[in-house]
Amino acid sequence: MMQSAADMPVWAAIAVAFFLLIGSGLALIGAIGFMRLPTFYERIHAPTLGTSWGIGGIMLASMIFFTVSSGRLVFHELLIGIFVTVTTPITFMLLARAALHRDRAEGNGNVPDKPNRSQPAREVLGESDPRRG
Amino acid sequence: MSAIILFTAVSIAQLMLAAAMAIASVRMFRGPRAQDRIIGLDTLYINAMLLLVTFGIGTGRVIYFEAALVMGMLGFVATVALAKFLMRGEVIE
Repeated sequence: MMQSAADMPVWAAIAVAFFLLIGSGLALIGAIGFMRLPTFYERIHAPTLGTSWGIGGIMLASMIFFTVSSGRLVFHELLIGIFVTVTTPITFMLLARAALHRDRAEGNGNVPDKPNRSQPAREVLGESDPRRG
Repeated sequence: MSAIILFTAVSIAQLMLAAAMAIASVRMFRGPRAQDRIIGLDTLYINAMLLLVTFGIGTGRVIYFEAALVMGMLGFVATVALAKFLMRGEVIE
């Protein structure tokens, strides 16, 4: 590590350290919140800290580090950042819908009932016919 | 000077990410229901990906980036397949 890091200017090292600590700190806070929040629907919010600015901070740190240490513009970390930012909401929405479906099917009581929509509204929203389940 | 700053920051970041992975795996093993375990797995692989990128900063090699990219893509597919399984009871209809 010291080979490439020793000849780095101090401002770049400070910027890399700052973004690295912000990113990993947010990931840790998200994990702690994920452990401590009481219900599933509250817990699903916590890890998004790590997937938004956790990813963002560490990817920024990596971009600054490799750009400064290699002397040319390196931004391929954007790929991971964009990919995770796009896919996390999809994943968590699917999971929340699956959990809601399970809670409704088991009658756990603390979830709202399925809204009673008319047939055109169901067609617009892409929901299936309730008689077919 | 900058080497010391970088080494300290990378070490602290690795410790924090490892702690986050440990917490996520505790929730994955303990989680009261299946959806908690799936979100635990999701948090676990996201943190492992961040840890790999941090390793890349620490060693100055680009190869860790590719491992992190593959991990992100496979993790997304795995989580979506598991969520689909919870929803429908089968993955491919």
